[in-house]
Amino acid sequence: MLIDRPAPVVSDQGQEAQHEPGLSRRTFLTVGAAVGGGLFLSVGLPLRMKTAVAAPPTDFAPSAFVRIGRDGQVVLTIPQVEMGQGTYTSLSMLIAEELEVELAQVNVAHAPADDKLYGNRLLGFQATGGSTSVRVFFEPLRQAGAAARMMLVASAAETWHVAPASCRAEKGAVIHPESGRRLRYGELVDKAASMPVPDKIILKDRKDFSLIGTPAKRIDSADKVNGRAVYGIDVKVPGMKIATVAACPVFGGKLADLDDTAARAVNGVRQIVQLDDAVAVVADHMGAARKGLAALKITWDEGPNAAFSTADLVAQLEAASQRSGVVGMKQGDVEVALKGAARKVEAVYQLPLLAHATMEPLNCTVHVREDSCDVWVGSQVVSRAQRTAADVTGLPPEKITVHNQFLGGGFGRRLEVDYVTQAVRIAKQVDGPVKVVWTREEDIQHDIYRPYYYDRLTAGLDASGRPVSFHHRTVGSSIVARWLPPAFKNDLDLDAVKAAAGPYEFPNVLVDWVRQEPPAGLTTGWWRGVGVTHNAFMVEGFVDELAAAAGQDPVAYRRALLGKEPRAAAVLSLAAEKAGWGNAMTPGSGRGVALILGFGTYMAQVAEVAVDRDGGVRVTRVVCAVDCGTIVNPDTIRAQIEGGIMFGLSAVLYGEITLKDGRVEQSNFDSYKPLRIDEAPAVEVYLVDSSEAPGGMGEPGTSTIAPAVINAVFAATGTRLRKLPIDPADLKHA
Amino acid sequence: MTFTVKINGSAHQVDVDGDTPLLWVLRDVLGMTGTKFGCGMALCGACTVHLDGVATRCCITTVDSVGDAAVTTIEAIGDTPAGRKVQKAWLDLDVVQCGYCQSGQIMSAAALLATNPHPSDADIDDAMSGNVCRCGTYVRIRKAVKQAALVRGAAVQGD
Repeated sequence: MLIDRPAPVVSDQGQEAQHEPGLSRRTFLTVGAAVGGGLFLSVGLPLRMKTAVAAPPTDFAPSAFVRIGRDGQVVLTIPQVEMGQGTYTSLSMLIAEELEVELAQVNVAHAPADDKLYGNRLLGFQATGGSTSVRVFFEPLRQAGAAARMMLVASAAETWHVAPASCRAEKGAVIHPESGRRLRYGELVDKAASMPVPDKIILKDRKDFSLIGTPAKRIDSADKVNGRAVYGIDVKVPGMKIATVAACPVFGGKLADLDDTAARAVNGVRQIVQLDDAVAVVADHMGAARKGLAALKITWDEGPNAAFSTADLVAQLEAASQRSGVVGMKQGDVEVALKGAARKVEAVYQLPLLAHATMEPLNCTVHVREDSCDVWVGSQVVSRAQRTAADVTGLPPEKITVHNQFLGGGFGRRLEVDYVTQAVRIAKQVDGPVKVVWTREEDIQHDIYRPYYYDRLTAGLDASGRPVSFHHRTVGSSIVARWLPPAFKNDLDLDAVKAAAGPYEFPNVLVDWVRQEPPAGLTTGWWRGVGVTHNAFMVEGFVDELAAAAGQDPVAYRRALLGKEPRAAAVLSLAAEKAGWGNAMTPGSGRGVALILGFGTYMAQVAEVAVDRDGGVRVTRVVCAVDCGTIVNPDTIRAQIEGGIMFGLSAVLYGEITLKDGRVEQSNFDSYKPLRIDEAPAVEVYLVDSSEAPGGMGEPGTSTIAPAVINAVFAATGTRLRKLPIDPADLKHA
Repeated sequence: MTFTVKINGSAHQVDVDGDTPLLWVLRDVLGMTGTKFGCGMALCGACTVHLDGVATRCCITTVDSVGDAAVTTIEAIGDTPAGRKVQKAWLDLDVVQCGYCQSGQIMSAAALLATNPHPSDADIDDAMSGNVCRCGTYVRIRKAVKQAALVRGAAVQGD
């Protein structure tokens, strides 16, 4: 069950807990905590949102994450947002493990906007992305659970006049085995609320874990199979209108003139809202809003980009690739080593602009009042949603309440707040709440796209075929400079060069980055797998070329370069073994491998493909081995790999945003094609048992698949593809 | 204009233009938000409902075309034997990720099993290929439909 409002915590000394490695004492309240007044809304059923009840003032809420009521109800406020990756389950497991409650006893709440309480220390603010959730919160959430457990145990011990060490917590109760006495947590909350937060929080020994590392059922499944789960687009607010919007189809263009006579005549249309770059139709329902939108006669001022095309974009990048870039990684001297090499291999690899196309179209519901503003949205950056609403309304951030909801997919799209900004701008002109819903066409044509990358790779091989020099020049726009300026230092975008030499040992290596931005108005952003997805395609394709140039087996060739990375070598060997690497395949079929180290996770995939006479590629089987350190929920890891592979395959086979006359040429799932079930390969996942620090799992599956497929296509056909998506014309054979 | 639509066993009167897609009648007029908007062009299947048991994309089904047909949505599919088995299989295998497309997936799967209790792999791919899942839960959807098919046979006999 999902609770809308978290523990009504009182923010404390204003210290920024998110910058500290563990959970600081400051994140806890030193006095027994939840001072009532907070609303306690359940949204298990949308209608229940109306039946808010006051939160009992007596709850035990020792941190911003844990709250226990007199009725024994445990509410966990999850700092990261749920967009399918299973974080509500895995982060709940971390708390529940230490709190000694069963997952079935737990309710979760979406976190409100609060960087101090819910910040992500790897990103510096409240954000869900970059496969960081378990990595960041593995310690802090266990500490939150353990602190609460220790206070409950201390309360029981004091009640019984026994030593806390003689008691233990189990399944939501404290027991005293010697005497057989038992008190449920609900019975202890009053006393626990007056207990001091322990100075030293004692975490369970890993060997005693009963939840962490075992497959757990998702806690959000039940509401997602019966239509009850509430996404941003499902929010209902009394008096709410529905709006849909058209922004200038030429990026960077403005509204010049509008004839809305016909639109106003549509039954159910209430208002037309003009922004400088968009028009919105406000109506009783989306059917009327869309009909009204179609009836608008809009004249756009197309601006300076009206003639811009993909060819222009690629020409700019190609020219930029001739310049040397900012150094991201350097060891030895690649120039000197290349001169002494027996053989030189060079290649250009390209990746297209990509849209995200989350299944839930972008939407945001806003109610602007004179002195306050409510925002209902599914966002990966909740505090940024709050800040943009504050900026647009001119209200202070504390007057903006963001009600975050389940996300119908994120993939990086909801790391942006452009759609929130726009919705608030529209809502400022509307009397009462308004839900702004983008059409799929608007979603595809006004995305913040994954950058186009144009990379040059050069290697020198010695007489035995082993690389003596490796130079990767990556060329593209900077996401970090726009999205996280404090992290953009020394003119270097660390994401652009992330994992740009793979996990390999090269005696001489140079990675440099040339920044080339598209014209203003065309914005680039995060896409699942971020820099690792980009560079894994380049590096793993190119290393496969080096193996071919050396006349060596791709797996053996890679393994020989992994002397310092035994975990990488292990997943490579495991994937190869499970895939039957080296076994014969039928003509027209092939097997390809790819290996990554990213997000703290090692992953190898072997893809099997069949290429037909028309050049059509069918991916039939993917075998994946992963070492992500300590495993929290193995079932979620499998699901993220299965799904991440499919997401990546959409991009391998189809994904491409192209521009013509300053417009995006794709518009819906017919022209921006997603992978469908009849194209989905069988997937096998093998997990390596490990006690290393947990690695991220939301993205590696996506990052690894593209090069594995490209390399399999080479094995099947002898044709080396260096650009996505696959163009069957390149593989056609009579 | 007023239309009477029979949804999940109850008659609902709505006052909208006849060319309004059933999707918006369900979601925005009647507040039944389990049925999802994904593309508006019958390309993704997120809006799948049943009209007299037949899987139908309600984003392109105008309200004036529904007539006397019985509309079943995700909110009530659990009341049908096939729907119940599908939902259980979905839970047993934890198919969902973001979950947004899953209402449509479950409606398509329930319609398949209601008419073809023992679908082959090809039948499943064929019946489900109109439903897009961007999270990529296809591996588990296949397994879950198969599992639901097995359970269903036994359960129908025992009912």
